[in-house]
Amino acid sequence: MIQNSRRKNESKSSLSLLSSDDVNKKTLINRIQSYFYSHHLAFSSATSRISSLPFQSLSISLVVAIALSLPAGFYVAVTNLQKIVNVTDSSNTITVFLKTTATQPQIELLKEKVSLDEGIEVIKYISSQQGLDEFRAESGFGDILKMLDENPLPPVFLIEPDKDIQNNSELIKKLVTRLKKEHLIENIQIDMMWLKRLQAILLVSERLSFMLGVILAFGVLLIISNAVALSLDSKSEEVIVIKLVGGTNAYVRRPFLYTGLCYGSFGGILSWIFIAIAVYWLSIPIEKLSALYQSSIELEGLGFFGLISLISIGVSLGLLGAWLAVTRQLSAIEPK
Amino acid sequence: MILFDRVNKRYPSGHQALTSLSFELGAGEMAFLTGHSGAGKSTLLKLIMLMERSTSGQLLIDGKNLSRIDRKQIPYYRRNIGVVFQDHQLLFDRNIFDNVALPLFVSGLRPRDVGRRVRAALDKVGLSGKEKMNPIMLSGGEQQRLGIARAVVHKPKILLADEPTGNLDPQLSEEIMSVLNKFCEAGSTVLVASHDLELVSSIAQRLLRLEKGFLVEDKKTL
Repeated sequence: MIQNSRRKNESKSSLSLLSSDDVNKKTLINRIQSYFYSHHLAFSSATSRISSLPFQSLSISLVVAIALSLPAGFYVAVTNLQKIVNVTDSSNTITVFLKTTATQPQIELLKEKVSLDEGIEVIKYISSQQGLDEFRAESGFGDILKMLDENPLPPVFLIEPDKDIQNNSELIKKLVTRLKKEHLIENIQIDMMWLKRLQAILLVSERLSFMLGVILAFGVLLIISNAVALSLDSKSEEVIVIKLVGGTNAYVRRPFLYTGLCYGSFGGILSWIFIAIAVYWLSIPIEKLSALYQSSIELEGLGFFGLISLISIGVSLGLLGAWLAVTRQLSAIEPK
Repeated sequence: MILFDRVNKRYPSGHQALTSLSFELGAGEMAFLTGHSGAGKSTLLKLIMLMERSTSGQLLIDGKNLSRIDRKQIPYYRRNIGVVFQDHQLLFDRNIFDNVALPLFVSGLRPRDVGRRVRAALDKVGLSGKEKMNPIMLSGGEQQRLGIARAVVHKPKILLADEPTGNLDPQLSEEIMSVLNKFCEAGSTVLVASHDLELVSSIAQRLLRLEKGFLVEDKKTL
């Protein structure tokens, strides 16, 4: 009853349909309201479009996710390696192998002399017997060692270089040449070198992952742009009608921007999940591996910050791709 | 409301569609535009809609010189005009309500006013209660009336109709014409292009006849 009478009232007021003109009269609050409402409409139009083509939308998001996962995965690998390198880096030492023929007093004398060198912070002497004991305890080859007639291990100095020269390979080299002059010294090994090399490789890898990221970002841009262009193609009739009833280009563009935004953010979330799965899958064998090396290396995933970054990268690429696609085509779709 | 002053339109292909066309249609007036196909009826409507630009001459709509409206302003200008198409240009991927509401959404009307306006417009064309249906379920005449509802829902000052009865039988055509007539009576300026002289002559309104781009007749029927 109430509804009926309301309808009657409405039809009465519809008689004055053309006399009032409140379409164009808008207060600021109305403007803000209608702005958000139009965004709400555009968003729901985009989501209904996406859910009406679930398989296509999912595959686009998956392609975006894969393209984002590659550089992100590379990044995770590099940061984890860097962490390991940094842990090991603090204990970089120079191993000095002495001649096996060196006698105990000779060695004592040499140690005294060498420790005066200003490039040396700490010097530690490991006799061949100590070395053998340690090796026996840790390697598990004790029984085999028993079969040897004499101790094959040389006496060793473990030298920790001074902090000031630790990161300067030139000064380290000079220290090594100074040490080499001693005739009791058989061989010198710098543990640090491979670390330096690894660090250099990591630096290159970091750049590589960045380059890979840029290239694949272009890929994502093209994927989303093409997807949006196709969906715009299929909607050209609608675009023409919207333009005929006074829709601006911004109005036409909005739902497509939301479509690109959805593809991008889904892709970002999916790629984060991919990497989280990969990290989890790798963490168990890596824990075992690091236990064998008496260290506790824990794989680090992307974390919350990574999720936010991946989503924002996906969203910006999605928006940009959609914007490019729509802007390129929109001027061509005009009512004829 | 509509003022043509020696308007010429020549297409880039070289075809002269309108030649030195001059006439005036006052506010609240209704006129029929007739002539054979190719006489320039559609071109004339397209000029008013700014789907085409005149080559020379003045075209004033509601006091505005159309040559002064740039591309970016076109959407806002078009919100003052309602258009009914021969092929209705309805969107079949959404229901009747959303079809009619499109001009309101586009101009950013508040949601609570949209429902009221849409129902009023549907009521005017005799389609109330069918908001949830898909336009594809409607008959030809109903689809055309739906097109009219969409053209008037935003209360335009000017209502244009391009062959609105093109595909309809005489009885339905008369019905459509009387609906359009109602809007003229309510204060809109209405311009209807139609080649159906018999139908047009039966309605007491002004009649403009085009022939090969020239205005050859401007008279009152009946």
